[in-house]
Amino acid sequence: MNILNVSGSPHVHSDESTKKIMWRVNMALVPALLCAIAYFGLPALLVSLVSVASCVLFQWLIEKFIMKVPTSIGDGSAVVTGLLLAFNVPATAQMLWIVVIGALVAIGIGKMSFGGLGKNPFNPALVGRVFLLISFPVQMTTWPVAEGLFPMGFDVPTGATPLGAFKEGALGEGVTFMDAFLGHIGGSMGEVSAIAILLGACYLLWKKVISWHIPVAFIGTAFLFSGILWLIDPTAYMDPVMTILTGGIMLGACFMATDMVTSPMAKSGQLIFGFGCGLLTIIIRNWGSYPEGVSFAILIMNSVTPLLNRWFKPTRFAV
Amino acid sequence: MKTFRMGGVHPEENKISNDAAIEVMPVGKQMVVLMNQHLGAPATPVVQKGDKVKVGQLIGEAQAFMCANVHSPVSGTVLKVDTCKDAFGMAKPAVYINVEGDEWMETIDRTPDIKRECTLEPQQIVAKLKEMGIVGLGGATFPTHIKYSIPEGKKAEYLIVNAAECEPYLTSDYRVMMEHAEEVCIGVSILRKALGVPNAYIGIESNKPQAIAKMQEMAKQFEGIVIEPLKVKYPQGAEKQLINAVTGRKVPSGKLPIDVGCVVSNLGSCFAVYEAVQKNKPLIENILTVTGKELPSQHNYIVRIGTTYNEIIKHSIGALPETTGKVISGGTMMGKAVVNLDAPTVKGNSSVLVMGEKEARREPETNCIRCGKCMEACPMGLEPYLFSALVKNGRTEEAREHNILDCIECGCCFFSCPAHKPLTDEIRLGKNRVRAMMAAKK
Amino acid sequence: MTQQILIAVLVLGALGIIFAEVLYIVAQKFKVVEDPLIDEVAEVLPGANCGGCGKAGCRAFAEACVAQHSLDGLRCAPGGDAVAAKIAELLGCAVEQGEPMVAVVRCNPANCGDKRRSNYDGLRSCAFQNTVYTGESGCPFGCLGCGDCVAACQFDAIHMGPDGVPVVDADKCTACGACAKACPRRIIELRNKGKKERRVYVSCVNKEKGAVAMKTCANACIGCGKCAKVCPMEAITVEGNLSYIDYKKCIACRKCVTECPTGAIKDVGFPAPAVKPAPKAAEAPSAPAAEKVEIPVAEKVEVKQ
Repeated sequence: MNILNVSGSPHVHSDESTKKIMWRVNMALVPALLCAIAYFGLPALLVSLVSVASCVLFQWLIEKFIMKVPTSIGDGSAVVTGLLLAFNVPATAQMLWIVVIGALVAIGIGKMSFGGLGKNPFNPALVGRVFLLISFPVQMTTWPVAEGLFPMGFDVPTGATPLGAFKEGALGEGVTFMDAFLGHIGGSMGEVSAIAILLGACYLLWKKVISWHIPVAFIGTAFLFSGILWLIDPTAYMDPVMTILTGGIMLGACFMATDMVTSPMAKSGQLIFGFGCGLLTIIIRNWGSYPEGVSFAILIMNSVTPLLNRWFKPTRFAV
Repeated sequence: MKTFRMGGVHPEENKISNDAAIEVMPVGKQMVVLMNQHLGAPATPVVQKGDKVKVGQLIGEAQAFMCANVHSPVSGTVLKVDTCKDAFGMAKPAVYINVEGDEWMETIDRTPDIKRECTLEPQQIVAKLKEMGIVGLGGATFPTHIKYSIPEGKKAEYLIVNAAECEPYLTSDYRVMMEHAEEVCIGVSILRKALGVPNAYIGIESNKPQAIAKMQEMAKQFEGIVIEPLKVKYPQGAEKQLINAVTGRKVPSGKLPIDVGCVVSNLGSCFAVYEAVQKNKPLIENILTVTGKELPSQHNYIVRIGTTYNEIIKHSIGALPETTGKVISGGTMMGKAVVNLDAPTVKGNSSVLVMGEKEARREPETNCIRCGKCMEACPMGLEPYLFSALVKNGRTEEAREHNILDCIECGCCFFSCPAHKPLTDEIRLGKNRVRAMMAAKK
Repeated sequence: MTQQILIAVLVLGALGIIFAEVLYIVAQKFKVVEDPLIDEVAEVLPGANCGGCGKAGCRAFAEACVAQHSLDGLRCAPGGDAVAAKIAELLGCAVEQGEPMVAVVRCNPANCGDKRRSNYDGLRSCAFQNTVYTGESGCPFGCLGCGDCVAACQFDAIHMGPDGVPVVDADKCTACGACAKACPRRIIELRNKGKKERRVYVSCVNKEKGAVAMKTCANACIGCGKCAKVCPMEAITVEGNLSYIDYKKCIACRKCVTECPTGAIKDVGFPAPAVKPAPKAAEAPSAPAAEKVEIPVAEKVEVKQ
């Protein structure tokens, strides 16, 4: 006689899994990765590889020797963290060893110290990035500038990002909307090309990994708020289109703020979350000491996510 | 096309037994009739060892309020009145009958003629339903006569018939519509009369276009029957969701459908009502689907209640395939996994669903990644992920505050959870704890 | 420079004084007058907050003790007599000596492991599994094996055994009763530890008829009543197809153990397995063996049929 399985209903599953979700996010990051390699050449590829490899390695080591639990590197979440971390640093040769430290902080402190995937309150890649930004300010702000496609070699010319230049008083001259849209600007690896990011985001939306709420609220708020400031004084403030195309807003809104673990569950909460991210980003950019504020904005909003989960509940069927 | 307002999922439909006409399952040598085949208290046996019984004779009488009569599905001699293990291995009071011949009660009209006219008054109809032991055949086996005894101060405005059959695999309702459309419509008219409502709505999911066409054709001949095609979405057939889909009304938390003027009956029940009222035939048969992807053939049967699972399997497919992993009574979303195949079937069993070993196994559970898919899928707008954590940590009071009792246990949360967390199980556990806590407070 | 340091010291010092004043006033104004005895009693309690006494925690127990100024109806099982004596001393009241108790799991796994009829694939919770079906063994009274008792234990004294039925570590068990409460099938019972830690109990709670029970488990109690007949102390009662040994009357002579046809009765803590006594020289072989061992180890000695 067969031994029958018994469980409570339901007896079928949609076949959706954490692993699938994570690998879809990785898929969605591929266009931006290709763009980065195209603009920044070999360093971009190497930094990405080192970052991903060290994230996976650290997760494996921590799970195996410290937490003593079955390893979960196959679920692809460490790869996501590695890629996002790499996307957030400049593609220069000196980043190769720094990004390893970033990976240790991202995985070790950002994720595993809370108990692993799903339990971290902050986006691990951003924790790593902010740690690096504060610890290695010079290396982290030495931005390579893309000149032509597929530069080979390590001595890529460096320069300021449009945001950095703006902060210094130069209004990002010579940078057109098209440059910013395609990625012909200085910046960290993954954030330069808006089109590549949007391509990835569309894939995630299609696969229902993310919903439109956070990206739209984030970018929309940033656009509106910076637009108001620009209308008040176009010489002191950046114009809104440029604002959302440069810096990390696109990358942050589509891939970092939408991180399931650290963003609110209810749609209404997600809108507030996106709104907060957008508002804080513009505030930090204009009145903070750093030229870019996306990472800080998202981390700050991450910290209020539990509160948003508590305040914003889904609509009940009937009260 | 109409549907309910929020949540829901779309599991693979797998209606592979759609085209199998209803066959009659032969009667076995011995029948075991359980005394609680319905929601509520068990019926009290009114026969003793050695008694001769006929098909349709009362053998278990409803003495409690929430109870239904049980009738003999066969003729023969009562072997004993004892306990019998049900499909889940739990002992239940039962009457064992040795089958001798097939002699029916004289009052039962066994002619194939269809009788349209019903002269009974509403109260008489309800009394008849009680006498014939009719229960809801949608799965909950709620005694029908209680549902149709509208309490003082309430008024029914809509009769809604659930023919959505949103559960994957099940096709018994579909076959009944295809083969007994007229009887079903008469049954619906009788229930409409019992309630005194102007219109009855039959909700059918749009993945059954032939049934919709057939029923629409038939409904033209009857007054006040409206066929309502519905979008294919699970749990379309859940009571509150169906009411919402058809009427737009929302049954408030902790209230019953009658509080918004609705009464919902299953399509199979309507067929049983027709037979009970017009033909005097008690509920002694189930219409049951035998299906599964790995089975050599798919079937729909009329089965006498009390036939064991093993007899059904033996007659339909010979034996369970080697690769069988799970046998389910009911659909894959809300059916119950059967462990004791020697157990007799009871009222409301709608299928014997055989799942393969691979399909049947649940994936190991991983950490919640707070993706919110359970919340999106929940048709009641609840937060299954939160219940999971609250139940795990024994925070029963908070679970109650977050309306855990609103859960209809449709299983959409587990179905959509990428971490494979047994959310529905946890919520059921939580509901039990909340009920125990509330009972203790009283 | 000096001026800056001076300003900092003064500002911080002033702030410190102001806050200290505020704290002092608030502490005085909202002082809760509490019997200092409660603190003293709470101090001697084990502090595990196991809830075995029926109170919300150790402090609540201490409050109850002080409130009624006696130990009537109050007993801290984990603390045992030692703690009871200390509390009695603090309260200045008399104390009843309780018999040391231990949790006992009354389900016999020996034969049901390989007779598994199903594979439970749902939530790992006995309370939930109990609502789904009989459990993997097919016995509607038997252990479900998901470890609700293990999770409930605050003292790490109960663990899942290799055959899927929990095993109590008698040394760690404080008889708080948390496991017994957690078990949805009421399999776990608190029984006395017995002289020299020797105990005899019916390791089954199946109330089905003998033939039905035997079908699911070869070690089930079938309610035959042989044990009750052989018991010299009339400690055994058979009710609803199930026999029960009253531990207050049992002298652990083990006559029932050898008499039981299914091996449902277990003996624990004895140095040698029970042997059916020869018709005349009753108990002769086992008695001297028992004397050799000074402190019997609380081991499970299973009866093989």
